[in-house]
Amino acid sequence: MVKKTISRIYMALIFLFLYLPIMVLVVLSFNNSKSRVKWGGFTTQWYISMFQNKSIMDAFTMTLQITLTASVLATIIGTLAAIGIQAMRRKGTAILLGATNIPLLNADIVTGISMMLLFVRFTKLGFSTVLIAHLTFDIPYVILNVLPKLNQTSRSAYEAAMDLGATPLYAFYKIVWPDIRSGVFSGFLMAVTMSLDDFSITYFTKGAGVNTLSTMLYTELRKGIKPEMYALSTLLFAIALILLFIMNFRSSRKNDINN
Amino acid sequence: MNRFKREFLTGPYIVWIIGFIVLPILMIVYYGVTDSSNSFTLANIIAIAEPIHMKALLLSLKLALVCTVICLLLSYPLAMILNSMKFKHQNFIVFIFVLPMWMNFMLRILAWQLLLSNNGILNTVLETLHLPQFQFLNTPSAVVFGMVYDFLPFMILPLYNSMSKISADVIDAARDLGANQLQVFIKIIMPLTISGVLSGIIMVFVPALTSFVISNLLGGGKVLLIGNVIEQEFMQNMDWHMGSGLSIVLMIFVIASMAFMNSHNKDGEGTAVW
Amino acid sequence: MKKRLFCLTTLLFSAVCLSACGSSSNGETLTVLNYGKYFDSDALKMFEEETGITVEYEEYESPEEMYTKYKAGSIDYDLLCTSDYMIEKLIDEGEVQKMDYTKIPEYKNIDQNIIDSSASFDPDHTYTLPYFYGTVGILYNTDEVDASEVDTWNVLWDSKYEGKIIMENSVRDCFLVPLKQLGYSLNTTNPDELDEALDMLLDQKPLIYAYFVDETGDEMAAGNASLAVVYSGEAAYAQSLSDKLEYSVPKEGSNLWIDSWFIPKTCKNTENAEKFLNFLCREDIAKMNFDYVYYATPNTAVYDNLDEETKNDTTIFPDKETLDNCEVYVSLDEEGTNLYNQLWKTLKSD
Repeated sequence: MVKKTISRIYMALIFLFLYLPIMVLVVLSFNNSKSRVKWGGFTTQWYISMFQNKSIMDAFTMTLQITLTASVLATIIGTLAAIGIQAMRRKGTAILLGATNIPLLNADIVTGISMMLLFVRFTKLGFSTVLIAHLTFDIPYVILNVLPKLNQTSRSAYEAAMDLGATPLYAFYKIVWPDIRSGVFSGFLMAVTMSLDDFSITYFTKGAGVNTLSTMLYTELRKGIKPEMYALSTLLFAIALILLFIMNFRSSRKNDINN
Repeated sequence: MNRFKREFLTGPYIVWIIGFIVLPILMIVYYGVTDSSNSFTLANIIAIAEPIHMKALLLSLKLALVCTVICLLLSYPLAMILNSMKFKHQNFIVFIFVLPMWMNFMLRILAWQLLLSNNGILNTVLETLHLPQFQFLNTPSAVVFGMVYDFLPFMILPLYNSMSKISADVIDAARDLGANQLQVFIKIIMPLTISGVLSGIIMVFVPALTSFVISNLLGGGKVLLIGNVIEQEFMQNMDWHMGSGLSIVLMIFVIASMAFMNSHNKDGEGTAVW
Repeated sequence: MKKRLFCLTTLLFSAVCLSACGSSSNGETLTVLNYGKYFDSDALKMFEEETGITVEYEEYESPEEMYTKYKAGSIDYDLLCTSDYMIEKLIDEGEVQKMDYTKIPEYKNIDQNIIDSSASFDPDHTYTLPYFYGTVGILYNTDEVDASEVDTWNVLWDSKYEGKIIMENSVRDCFLVPLKQLGYSLNTTNPDELDEALDMLLDQKPLIYAYFVDETGDEMAAGNASLAVVYSGEAAYAQSLSDKLEYSVPKEGSNLWIDSWFIPKTCKNTENAEKFLNFLCREDIAKMNFDYVYYATPNTAVYDNLDEETKNDTTIFPDKETLDNCEVYVSLDEEGTNLYNQLWKTLKSD
């Protein structure tokens, strides 16, 4: 019993450690005072004024554009690549997986700098360079999420479908897709999370006027933060929370039915 | 014939790998071994031996090590507790630890600044309770704190993952054969989670070693890590050759620590992310 | 469920793509590089609305950072604003275009005295347009520091303020302090003098709370430190947040700096750049920026309409005696720059 209490307390402390800063930001987003440490009463004004703040809104739409474009493209390229890799011989698989691991394991700063060196040599920095950089570190997450699911699917079912006259696309859609769907989706989510939270790589590859929330905050942090920023991130966080809860709830209900 | 077609699907990705993974690294290597007149030199790589760079590298290694150890010590018991709670859906655990990432990293660090600064929230609370106040920000310890905060999930998740794979039967069997709790832990749980520990270590140690943002934000410009030196060479001193040379050294360190971990990882599943 | 979510994301995705095309179809852009916290974003919005030109606005922290960003050549800037010595360096390197002042009618507002002062880096005044000027000094918290202590830089070495001192996180503004304290020129490239200065800074490092630039004002206003080396405008900004702060320029002398705009060689559309310069010289815009940054404005139209209290605020507008005691930075040769960089890294890595 005592042991149970201790472990409960320990777990609570770790969660406090992880979520305390988020709680602080949520509270501050309702603080009717620009001061960071004093409570000036409850207000929702920051949630209104953030829509009038140009730099915040620009960074917000830029972040959305880059994150969504990169994640969708990465999901497509990554899923295709995973299917191809699975069909490959051992040696090819090993080489490709090795290369896939590079952006995951290499230091962010080195990845960022190496891409900057490449871009500076051949083109100008701008929106597209940030997009390419994000794609580069997003694709591996998709591949690593899809590949295990693919390995669980049965090859013979696919081949049987083909023998029975299905086109490859139809066979894929009917046989393979249902099995890998969840992997593709979690790969996509992973890519979104990583793109959303990235700073270092964006920092080195961004052009003038291209600011994601991370890079904008990096400069804004030094200048004294605007309370609108707390409001925006609280909102984003709440949306993520609700979305993920719905998904979790749905999938668990489905599992229950299946069981 | 059929097989050939499927392999084709990797086409776009192979182009991508060559264009945006291999080529950029070749660029770094090229800049690293040349000087401003484009002739070959190793000076930029040997520059790591200069006292300034050596100090920064040693400090980075030290802080990364401390951060990794703290993360491991915090995560191991937590992973055991989580594992004993038998959640219906493992995804839920992943979800809880990934969720903070949806609040922007910069803002979470800012929140710690607000909490920990000299006149910050925690000190104000301490003051009203008439307890001694502390000064913590802008020190190496603050940087380690920030790193632990940021990288802790990357230790917890692989640990929890490997722990949840241990079959309860194995532990029951050991119990039946008379092993006490400590013996079960040392003889069963530890060896079976070693691959999780190793991948956790890699996933914390490497980003901690190469971080430059956290030391900029929580170090008050006083803590110079090797990542900061490289960033300065690129963004302020305009010495891309030196910056690339030092990056190569950093890459060697990253590869070396991964090779070390892999050689100790017999299961061969160490580098799987989650 | 999953299928529906996929449809939703695809829809969202295409909407985002469309909006991206929509916003960038206008075409006319102006790429501006400026110090952080140095231009009112409302004024930027006004400029975009009035002219239809989209401003791609970038910020930097130290002149060295700006030089790197510009020289990297990865972004073509149309308009830049930086400090005296860095402009001199860029003019010497042939990176600056001559300015056609006749295209900037509002230029008439600029104070002739400041134009004369900028002769130190732009001798014939053909390249630059002054933006703000000011000094470097000590901002202190009157609760903890007595006014009599801060007439000398030496107070920054007083161990009773351990962990309570903020220094500038910019190489020349940081070295200025010990150099002036030792009685040397702040433009020295003499290695012995600089080594002496470095030793002083190394001695001082254990007392330092942090090396900051743009954070200083907020940190001082929050009471996290007692003493800070700051630019005059940052001091005035901090004073607007807290009434416990005062600013002083020590008797050993300090730096007078003039930040100016110039059109670099990479400018693609000089006409738009001139429009922007004319816009920021306009009285209403110059006033907006003055209220935003708190530095001394060379714009006479703004100055003449200020109330007496602001005009006499020596934090913002330094008096003549202080100015006479101040030196302007000159550009360093390559050897000097490398020496400073090396010393800076040594200080930071200690």
